[in-house]
Amino acid sequence: MTTASLRLALVGAPNTGKTSLFNRLTGSTQKVANYPGVTVERKSGSFSTPEGRSVTVLDLPGTYSLRGRSPDEEITRDIVLGRFAGEAMPDLVLCIADATNLRLTLRLVLELKRVGRPMMLVLNMIDIAKRRGVDIDLDRMSQELGLPIVTSVAVRKGGVDELLKRTDEFMARSHEAPQASQWATPTVADLKAAQREADRIIAASVTLPAKPDTLTTRIDAVVLHPVAGLVILALILFVMFQAVFSWAQPAMDLLSDSFSALGQLIHDVMPEGWGLLQSFLQNGLISGVGSVIVFLPQIIMIFLFILLLEDFGYMARAAFLMDRIMGGAGLHGRAFIPLLSSFACAIPGIMATRVIDNRRDRLTTILIAPLMTCSARIPVYTLIISAFVPATSVWGWINLQGLVMFGLYAAGIISALSVSAIAKFLLWRDHAPAPFMLELPDYKVPRLNSIAIGVYTRAKMFLYRAGTTILSMMVLIWFLASFPTAPVGAAGPAINYSFAAMIGHAIEPLLAPIGFNWQIAVALIPGMAAREVAVAALGTVYSIEGGKEAADAIGQVLAQKWTLATALSLLVWYIFAPQCASTLAVIRRETGSSIWMVVTFVYMLVLAYAASFLTFNLARAMGIS
Amino acid sequence: MTGDPKSSEDIRLGLADRGFSGKILRLDTQVTGSSLSPEELEQRLVEMGFVEGARVEILHEGAIRRDPIAVRVANITIALRRSEAMAVIVE
Repeated sequence: MTTASLRLALVGAPNTGKTSLFNRLTGSTQKVANYPGVTVERKSGSFSTPEGRSVTVLDLPGTYSLRGRSPDEEITRDIVLGRFAGEAMPDLVLCIADATNLRLTLRLVLELKRVGRPMMLVLNMIDIAKRRGVDIDLDRMSQELGLPIVTSVAVRKGGVDELLKRTDEFMARSHEAPQASQWATPTVADLKAAQREADRIIAASVTLPAKPDTLTTRIDAVVLHPVAGLVILALILFVMFQAVFSWAQPAMDLLSDSFSALGQLIHDVMPEGWGLLQSFLQNGLISGVGSVIVFLPQIIMIFLFILLLEDFGYMARAAFLMDRIMGGAGLHGRAFIPLLSSFACAIPGIMATRVIDNRRDRLTTILIAPLMTCSARIPVYTLIISAFVPATSVWGWINLQGLVMFGLYAAGIISALSVSAIAKFLLWRDHAPAPFMLELPDYKVPRLNSIAIGVYTRAKMFLYRAGTTILSMMVLIWFLASFPTAPVGAAGPAINYSFAAMIGHAIEPLLAPIGFNWQIAVALIPGMAAREVAVAALGTVYSIEGGKEAADAIGQVLAQKWTLATALSLLVWYIFAPQCASTLAVIRRETGSSIWMVVTFVYMLVLAYAASFLTFNLARAMGIS
Repeated sequence: MTGDPKSSEDIRLGLADRGFSGKILRLDTQVTGSSLSPEELEQRLVEMGFVEGARVEILHEGAIRRDPIAVRVANITIALRRSEAMAVIVE
C-alpha cells in the first residue's frame, strides 16, 4: 500500500464545494478529459501527503444518489461500485458534504455505506457553518454513521491539512479485504427511510441556528423578485457583454498584431525562393492558428464570468428566472448561459451545455448555439454594412447602420428560438419537457483561487484544440487556396489558379440564384476556417494588398463591384451559414457522434441558402439592384 | 404514498401562493402535470428532501404564470415547476 499510489474518489451532492476541494488538493496537476464513449468530463489529479505518499484523485460528477439518472450520475455510480470498465475501483471514497447543509448529503452517505468501500466523510465549509452558528458534534455523528469524519475549509490554505493527515493514517494502516457491496437501486421506500435516518442523525448531532442564512434571504428577496430579478439579470448580462466585447478588445488586438508581426517577420527573414514554405508558415500556420487564438481573451472573459456567477450561487437563480421564458421556445432554463456565451463564440457556448443534464435539451441547445451572432461575424457584418448601408438616420435619431446591425443580431436570436421550437416538435414531439428541479444554494463569496484554476483549465482546453483539430483544418484550407500555384507570368492573384478557385467556379452556378459571384464563392472557402477570414480572402481575390488598413479599400471595391442585392444576400447568408469548421468539430466532440455535426451543417446550410435566395430575389423585385 | 384519509385542509403545493408555509403530509404523484412517471417523480422529490413531516415555505415565484417556484424545504431551497409541486400534499 505504501509503494503504489492511493486511488481517491471524491463523491458528493452538487454545491458542496467538491470542486474547490479538488482544486485545493490537486492544484495545477489536474487533467480534464472525457470518459470513453460518453461526453462526461473526467477530472483527475494527484498530490503527495505530508509523509510523501502519492495519491491520485478522481473528481466524480456530483449526484444526490447512486441511482444514475443521467450519464454523469451513471459514471459516479459505476466507478464507486467498481463496474466501470477501464477505471480502477477507488481505494478510499471521500464523501464531501457542505457542513451548512447536511440533509441531502447524509442520505447519500448512508447509501454509499452500503457499497462497503473504505470511506471518509469530509465536512467542507466548516468555517461558514461555525460562523452561522451550526454546531456539529463530530464524535456523535461519526459514531452514528460508523464512519471517520474530517472537517475542511477547501478555500483556505491549510484548510485540508487534517484531511491529508488522515489520508496518511489510512494508508499506513493495513486493510482487510473490502466487503461485498450491499447496494441495490434504492426504492422510494428506501430513500424515505434513509432520509428519516439522516434527519434523525442530524437531530442527534447538529444544533442548527434559529434563523436561516439571512444574507441569502435578503439577496434573494431582490434577485428573485419577478420584476427586479429580471432587471438585475439584464444588467449582469449587459456588464458581461461589455466585458467580452470591450474589455477583451485590447488583448485581442495585441494578439492579432503579434501574430501578423510574427508572420511578417518570417516573411522577411526567409530567403527568396522559399515562397511556398514562406506562404505556408505565414498564411497557413501563423495566420490560421492566430485567427483562432485571437479569441482567447474573450473565452477567458466568458468563463471568468460564468465561473464567478456559478461560485457565487447566481447561476441556479438565472436558470430559475429564465425557465418559463425559455420554455416558450422549448428550451430548458439551464440553456440560458450556454446560449449567452455563444454571442462571443459558439465553442465555449457548446462546451458550457454540459450543465444541462437532459440529453435532448442539451442537443437542442447545441444545435441552435451556432445561430447566435458570434463575434467572428462582426468583421464581415461591419465590412458589408459600411460599404453598402448609408450612415443616414431614420426617424431622426436612429443610425441606419446600427439598425441593420441590430437587425442581424435579432434575426439570429429569432431564428435560434424558431429552430429550437421546430426541433422540439420534429425530433422530440413524444417527449414531454424535462422537469426543472434544482437546489438554490446559499450565496458564497467566490473563491478566486478555485476560479483561476477553472479558467486556466478551460483556456488550456481551447488552446489544445486550436493546436490540433483547428490547426489541421487551417492547413487543409491553406492548401486548397495555394495549390496549384499560379503559372509564371500569370496575371491576377495566385488564389485564382488554386483548387479554391476551381471549387469556387464549380459551385458558382449553385450560388448564382442567391446573387453570389465566383469571387464570393472563393472567399467562402477559407472563410470555413473562421468566418472573419472571409474578409481577408475577399481582399485577396480582388487583389488588394495590405492588412487591416485595407478593410476600407475592400469596402470601396465591393461597393463598385456588387449590387446591393448581393450584399444583403451575403449578410443574410452569414446569419445562418455553418461557416466555421471549429464549431462543427466541437459539436462532433461534445455529442460524441458525427451525426449531429452533419445535422447542424445541413440545416444551417439549407436555412442560409433559402434565406439568401429570398433576400436576393425580394431585393431585386423591389428594384434595389 | 397515499392511504391517509383525505382531510379538508389538504392543499397541493403546486396551487399554493407565495408566502405559504406548512408541513408535508404526503406525496401523491398520480395526478400531476409532470412529464415524469409517478415513481420517478416521487423518487426525485424525495431525493430533494420532500418527505413527510418536512416544513415547506414558498419563498419566490417566477414572472410568467407565477412559475416556477422556490420552496424552502427544511433548511434548503429548491426551485421547481408548479407541475411537479402538484405532487406535494401539504397542510
